Amino acid sequence: MHIAEGFLPPAHAIAWSVASAPFVVHGVRSLTREVREHPESTLLLGASGAFTFVLSALKLPSVTGSCSHPTGTGLGAILFRPPVMAVLGTITLLFQALLLAHGGLTTLGANVFSMAVVGPWAGYGVYRLLRRWGVPLMVTVFFGAFVADLSTYCVTSVQLALAFPDPGSGFLGALGKFGSIFAVTQIPLAVSEGLLTVIVMRLLVQSSGGELTRLGVLLTRSGERKREAVAR
Amino acid sequence: MSRNAKINALLLLAVAALAVLPLVLGLGDHKEEPFTGADAEAETAITEIEPDYEPWFSPLYEPPSGEVESALFALQAALGAGVLAYYFGLRRGRRQGEERTLAAAGAAAARDTPEGD
Repeated sequence: MHIAEGFLPPAHAIAWSVASAPFVVHGVRSLTREVREHPESTLLLGASGAFTFVLSALKLPSVTGSCSHPTGTGLGAILFRPPVMAVLGTITLLFQALLLAHGGLTTLGANVFSMAVVGPWAGYGVYRLLRRWGVPLMVTVFFGAFVADLSTYCVTSVQLALAFPDPGSGFLGALGKFGSIFAVTQIPLAVSEGLLTVIVMRLLVQSSGGELTRLGVLLTRSGERKREAVAR
Repeated sequence: MSRNAKINALLLLAVAALAVLPLVLGLGDHKEEPFTGADAEAETAITEIEPDYEPWFSPLYEPPSGEVESALFALQAALGAGVLAYYFGLRRGRRQGEERTLAAAGAAAARDTPEGD
């Protein structure tokens, strides 16, 4: 998914870095606050970062005959809210840019914006909306992770189409081109990511119920009663 | 296998199927080089749209071969999987420890209660 090193014109590279920076700074603040106020959540934070590490290392074949990889940002966004994922996603992207020549430093801003900002927020938004409608937890987790993954690649397509509009058909033509490369390839992978996130969430419900209740993912009985009262 | 474990296994199976089906169905056969990375395809598309575009920066470090690159990708996955396994192992151990302490406390309390003398 990552835009390769040097593949965004300098003006675009700078603009996306400027757009991403405040999210990352804000994310670092929420992360340090979370760790200071709830030191016990450090482990689960580490596990959320680890999930992103694993998933973004898995290059999987897709129906379009090409390979791409999931992002793993939905889980952390659901657990700890999106700002924290701006940091954990950036760390993952930095690792890949520096050691794997996958993505890059000049395109880091753009890649952070798609994978660590828009993806987590879009996934979290869908998750919250579905929860408000009373959809069962695991279904909301699936769609949260699915949207976080897919929206990341849609943003990448938009970023490339903005930088390289088609000489004949303009921005929309280029968007169609990049979209068919990234977004279509990503649909089955986003389903996979949704399913994997559901598995991890099921394991978390078994092993870390208390933690999930504190984070508001599992509802306490009084919370449920309150919700029912609101629903009535 | 408990019902829970069965559901998890089914979910994993679905993920595996989604990854394997494109290969089995030969969905990459129409390409010269099947199953390359989508980002490499994007680079090709960029040079199609703007043939004169030259990347203006190159990676500071590039894995010298495909083998080294896949080793580093495996390292990334292993690091992540290791931390996840540590987390779930620790949680499981703690819960079992708590259960054992509770059981032991319960047994001790039962032993201490005077029985009919």
